[in-house]
Amino acid sequence: MGKAWKFGHDIDTDVIIPARYLNSSDPAFLAAHCMEDADTSFAQKVQDGDIIVGGKNFGCGSSREHAPVAIKAAKVKAVIAESYARIFYRNSLNIGMPILECPEAVAGIDNGDEVDVDLSSGQIRNLTKGTSFQARPFPVFMQDLIKAGGLIPYVKGNRKNA
Amino acid sequence: MIVENLNSKRGYVPVGMTIAEKILAAHAGLDHVVPGEIINAKLDLVLANDITGPFAIQEFEKLGVDKVFDKEKVAMVPDHFTPNKDIASAEQSKIIKDFSKRHHLTHYWEAGRVGIEHCLLPEQGVVLPGDLIIGADSHTCTYGALGAFATGVGSTDCGAAMATGEAWFRVPESLKFVFNGSRFQPWVGGKDLILYMIGKIGVDGARYKAMEFTGEGIRNLSMDNRLTMCNMAVEAGAKAGIIEPDEITLNYVKTRAKREYKIYHSDPDANYEKIFELNSADIPLQVAFPHLPENTKSVDEASGIKIDQVVIGSCTNGRLEDLEITAKILKGKKVHPEIRCLIFPGTRDIYLEALRRGWIETMIEAGAAVSTPTCGPCLGGHMGILAKGERALSTTNRNFVGRMGHPQSEVYLCNPAVAAASAVRGEIVHPREVVNNG
Ligand code: SF4
Repeated sequence: MGKAWKFGHDIDTDVIIPARYLNSSDPAFLAAHCMEDADTSFAQKVQDGDIIVGGKNFGCGSSREHAPVAIKAAKVKAVIAESYARIFYRNSLNIGMPILECPEAVAGIDNGDEVDVDLSSGQIRNLTKGTSFQARPFPVFMQDLIKAGGLIPYVKGNRKNA
Repeated sequence: MIVENLNSKRGYVPVGMTIAEKILAAHAGLDHVVPGEIINAKLDLVLANDITGPFAIQEFEKLGVDKVFDKEKVAMVPDHFTPNKDIASAEQSKIIKDFSKRHHLTHYWEAGRVGIEHCLLPEQGVVLPGDLIIGADSHTCTYGALGAFATGVGSTDCGAAMATGEAWFRVPESLKFVFNGSRFQPWVGGKDLILYMIGKIGVDGARYKAMEFTGEGIRNLSMDNRLTMCNMAVEAGAKAGIIEPDEITLNYVKTRAKREYKIYHSDPDANYEKIFELNSADIPLQVAFPHLPENTKSVDEASGIKIDQVVIGSCTNGRLEDLEITAKILKGKKVHPEIRCLIFPGTRDIYLEALRRGWIETMIEAGAAVSTPTCGPCLGGHMGILAKGERALSTTNRNFVGRMGHPQSEVYLCNPAVAAASAVRGEIVHPREVVNNG
């Protein structure tokens, strides 16, 4: 369970982690600047288990994997958005950062609401409002990849079996 | 790693394929693919840069393999913070340099010979028609201009692919953009066409799709302009931008290619999710307002907006024709006293050729600062950062909040003609006003 941090449409990777911090790939450093250009207080105030809620096309822009890494290292439990930019979507799953697509949940969650997410079933519950939503499940291929713990362990497993 | 192969499903009826589908099918060893299908495919090139490379190398090393899949098919391009802007960046560059040496990579370049990856790799014939390419950089989609399928990925995908030479793809739906009529308005180039389209469909208008550009307008467009167009496909959320090869493509690659390549065309009965018809002559010069590339207006609507900095270059507009237009406009004129005009040729070869033709001299005489090739200001990296409240007009591809410096600075996007003319005037202006008024 955690607090929802709500952002708008087209949250781009420059907002999630500005390029001026990309001379490092240290997750803790990236987390300290996460979402800085949208909300300067985010990195200080975000708590373990909080949730980011975004509009459409979340994570658009560059291919920097630093973006989902920064969010994950900020201890955000999941991102819920109406839709995602494709590279961000792929990167998030590859590093094991859970992201859910659910426009209804985005509409039904306000900034600061207490939200609980069950990653295995895709169920999202808004405890503040007493409502619940069902996110679209991941494609089978993705589920395998997530189960393996991301792309690297997945490839490693496949190579061993080959 | 092949997950689903719809070929084997019964009741399958063959229909034509788009160029994007054909390239994906061929690299997956399949006769046919359809949108939505997930395939595993062999890659012709995997690339990374000084920002994404170290991360990719870290993931590669976790796999415990001792070799890259093919030393000629992995490219490392130190272009973002190079020549290294500080100690941290120098450490990042060193990681990719050491890796390139250790694995004897054919495609690694040092400062002085390097260029911006998406200008450099086509120019050097490293990417070719029919290729399937992934790069840990979102503008990898640029190579679609050669009739390749190229797309950006993150560092983990890149690291895994450096080991396996393969990646999984969801076959994208294709969108077709037909430019009817071979004539464009004066000064209009590839940049205006792509900005205009992004303005129409929005920054997620082609999310996950392949954008295929075609029609008489495209057939008359130079390679430099085509590269500009495909470069910004990702700004509409696309997985790839692609243009069928023709005479112009073949002329471009013939002197550069050092290996075999294959030409693919879309079938007449190929399936497109949507077809957009545009009149080439209707498209005016474009300016994208902060803070999204979709906020486009005609240059006349932007006229009179005061600026502090002009940037000409990047993987979008740092090629020879871009510099030619810039020099043409700056010739015999002066950059406005209050403007910083920064010009970044995309590669060493482009720089040299511009130098030989006297264009660099023209630019410097006009009062512009000309730099060695680097991404520099495009991503707010170095060599031209904006202060709070400053405004730039730039030929780059993104105008997000804080993209070029302070979160309260602004970036407007345009083509090189508009940028150069505005540098002279000190505010956004249509090039005709500067050129005709001496
Ligand atoms: S020039 Fe800009 S957009 Fe192009 S690769 Fe460099 S940073 Fe990215």
